[in-house]
Amino acid sequence: MLKRVHFGPSVLPFLLVAPQIIITLVFFIWPTSHALYQSLLIEDAFGLSTEFVWFENFEVLFEDEHYLGAFERTTIFSLLVASSSMGFSLVLAAMADRVIKGSMAYRTFLIWPYAVAPVVAGALWVFMLDPTLGILTYGLGAMGYEWNHKLNGGEAMGLVVVAAAWKQVAYNFLFFLAAMQSIPKSLIEAAAIDGAGPVRRFCTIIFPLISPTTFFLLVVNVVYAFFDTFGIIHAVTQGGPAKSTEILVYKVYNDGFVGLDLGGSAAQSVILMIIVIGLTVIQFKYIEKKVEY
Amino acid sequence: MIENRPFITVFCHLFLLLGVAIIAFPIWITFVAATHDAVRMVQIPLPLWPGDQFFENLDQTWNAGIAGGVNQGVAVMMFNSLVMAMMIAVGKIAISLLSAFAIVYFKFPFRMGFFWLIFITLMLPVEVRIIPTFEVVANLNMLNTYWGLSIPLIASATATFMFRQTFLTIPDELLEAARIDGAGPMRFFIDILLPMSRTNIAALFVILFIYGWNQYLWPLLITTDQNMNTIVMAIKQMLEAAEQAPQWNVIMMTTLLAMLPPVAVVIFMQKLFVKGLTETEK
Amino acid sequence: MAQVRLDNLKKTYPNGFKAIHGVDVDIQDGEFLVLVGPSGCGKSTLLRMIAGLESISEGVLTIGERQVNDLEPADRDIAMVFQNYALYPHMSVFDNMAYGLKIRGIDKSEIRERVKKAADILELTDEQLSRKPRQLSGGQRQRVAMGRAIVREPSVFLFDEPLSNLDAKLRVQMRIEIRQLQERLGITSVYVTHDQVEAMTLGHRLVVLNEGRVEQLGTPIELYERPASLFVAGFIGSPAMNFATAQINGQGTAVALPGGAEFTLAEGVYPSHADRTVTLGIRPEDLTLSEKAQDNCVLTASLVEHLGADTLVHGHFGTDQTDMTVRLSGIRRVEKAQQLPLEILPEKLHLFDPESEKRLA
Repeated sequence: MLKRVHFGPSVLPFLLVAPQIIITLVFFIWPTSHALYQSLLIEDAFGLSTEFVWFENFEVLFEDEHYLGAFERTTIFSLLVASSSMGFSLVLAAMADRVIKGSMAYRTFLIWPYAVAPVVAGALWVFMLDPTLGILTYGLGAMGYEWNHKLNGGEAMGLVVVAAAWKQVAYNFLFFLAAMQSIPKSLIEAAAIDGAGPVRRFCTIIFPLISPTTFFLLVVNVVYAFFDTFGIIHAVTQGGPAKSTEILVYKVYNDGFVGLDLGGSAAQSVILMIIVIGLTVIQFKYIEKKVEY
Repeated sequence: MIENRPFITVFCHLFLLLGVAIIAFPIWITFVAATHDAVRMVQIPLPLWPGDQFFENLDQTWNAGIAGGVNQGVAVMMFNSLVMAMMIAVGKIAISLLSAFAIVYFKFPFRMGFFWLIFITLMLPVEVRIIPTFEVVANLNMLNTYWGLSIPLIASATATFMFRQTFLTIPDELLEAARIDGAGPMRFFIDILLPMSRTNIAALFVILFIYGWNQYLWPLLITTDQNMNTIVMAIKQMLEAAEQAPQWNVIMMTTLLAMLPPVAVVIFMQKLFVKGLTETEK
Repeated sequence: MAQVRLDNLKKTYPNGFKAIHGVDVDIQDGEFLVLVGPSGCGKSTLLRMIAGLESISEGVLTIGERQVNDLEPADRDIAMVFQNYALYPHMSVFDNMAYGLKIRGIDKSEIRERVKKAADILELTDEQLSRKPRQLSGGQRQRVAMGRAIVREPSVFLFDEPLSNLDAKLRVQMRIEIRQLQERLGITSVYVTHDQVEAMTLGHRLVVLNEGRVEQLGTPIELYERPASLFVAGFIGSPAMNFATAQINGQGTAVALPGGAEFTLAEGVYPSHADRTVTLGIRPEDLTLSEKAQDNCVLTASLVEHLGADTLVHGHFGTDQTDMTVRLSGIRRVEKAQQLPLEILPEKLHLFDPESEKRLA
């Protein structure tokens, strides 16, 4: 943590950390504590009077079926995003790990979507699946399927999941491939000499060995789906139709900025913070494990 | 290759090509849409092959924007995005370098307290504290300014951790040698630490540039003045306009422009990008 | 150039660990002093205290006429060569050597001159001066590290195990170069090593450290011939000295092993120790084959190692259990279980008090 050899006390270190600390206090700690405080208040519609109500906002939230619905939806959404994106990139990485020749070229072609903003990803897919003009809609129509995510909640969810997962494939692929390439070749060769075929080797050697990476990516993907996909939802479906794609982050924004329910929105923020803290702790536990491994 | 079964290799290549195609297909469609005129873009089925209107669309998008929508060329937005991304990336790197230097190389009161304070920011993404943060920025009169767009986003635990990690791998003897050579703390920082961290700085810059460029929610809240809009925000406004009068050729050209800088960075600085991504996860 | 005086130097870490328990050494102007001892004995700590990289808890450190306890390393007029060389990887060799001079604000032409001079001494070419350290071999990096010290023209050179990262052959070569360099420049030097061969060959005088205390201070020959303690006796010399518990006879004229082997003691030295149990130390090279050896001094060989120049015979005297190593010069055809009659000059016997582990009179 600290170097064995270091500089002695002076004002300099305080000056060095000052910019970071001031920004942290002003833009992180203060707003957060404000949110914590606000989550315990109820304000009337005109902002004229506020009342301290302890945990009433939370109680209301947990009795609110819209909120519980959003919770459930967010869970489903994240699991769908994580599993589809990780599944697809795992298979691709396994293939790329095998081919030796060209694996780096494939990497180049597969990782760039990382740089695409979520909202841009949303725009790409909403264009292809536009109910009247979309090229995929046309293709689905030709196969006899009527696609309209503006009316069908399930299809709307499908759209945002695909857009979110598409962008995340890049990240997952990169990490899966790196993990696979770090497995010593001799292990794979030993398994081959033991008579294990490619599929069997993958299931019994490679997959177990990359399990720390898999777990790490699961956490990262869930965090991504929880928070970073705001842009996709906001630009593509606005949580609709009929709240079918309203995930927690979107609801915080919507209730606070559009609905102006500050107390309720603050309480939702607090719950989200608890979720991030939980996920961060899990992630750090993983890092400790990785060091041993 | 463990066993010599060409069939499997061929299969792998085919599958990978299919994967690349699936990943690239949306971009192809976007590109195609950006090369046709507005009339062609409302005829079903939409084209799969590029047209000849690329430069016309580029001209319109760059200078005029969408009709009935933002009514502003995206040039200004591109510039705003660039400024914001640069400020975020440079700002984050600068303050993280300084604080990591203090935490690793100095023994001073509240050192660990500061460390944990920085650590906490990891757990407070802007999405979960939107309203109070917005209020702070509003009270500081930073709405519609580049400062308001960037400064609240530049505190970064990740970057600080990465530099801390980098510094910890630099042998102690270098500091000792520098002290014997007569270098004080800042001299050591500038002459030794910075040059030795330059690949890490570059790698982090790539990641942070992408992060900054792709900000969406924050600019959406902070900029009410059209002249301060960023290009990523504009996509949403254009999609809304598309509900009334779809001008997919312009929208897709905008989309193309919006992803061009970060994608170019990833492709041309792939090595640094990969390093940045993997290093920040430590 | 200067003398260095260590006056009762002590080091206690904040956690209470005492690393150095009071060391007194006067290092003469131009002297090459070696601090030697096993790892963890405090030799590096002591060197770093001289350098100013570790604070001094107690005692006084003087370089030249100045007390330097509280001076920054840069102000002590010293230069140091590190074990891993500590070259700045992003600077060229020239810049590495020039860095300290630049910070001191010495003008460019003089810097160039001094670096050139040091490069000549170390036989570094202009082409090598423009390279980065990672493009150099281990031995060249070692030279650059010394060059960085030389250009400073300091009063004192400090070396912290500078050869331990080199392979054996290069180590021998660089050892000679360091010795010649020090003689040529005549700069007071303090050199830390755990390698006793390095210590013996380089130092005018050696300080043997053990657990933060000075076991013995002396010239290499003094240490070899008259080790002051069991620790020094075991540490200096290779293969290591043989030790066995033995008994002095009633007249103080001979010492006997439990198995019966008996050696005559130097006359008139040990009468006061008559009838004492002692630890007897015998250097493997001091035992010689002899036709007229006493009856009991016969070694039964159990293992023979041929080194070419020498032959090492491991075995034991009579019914004694203690293993003894004998170093016979040249190639000797010794069979396993062969009986070797051996003798030793009385003055080559080392006797130690088993309690205090100090040398007897």
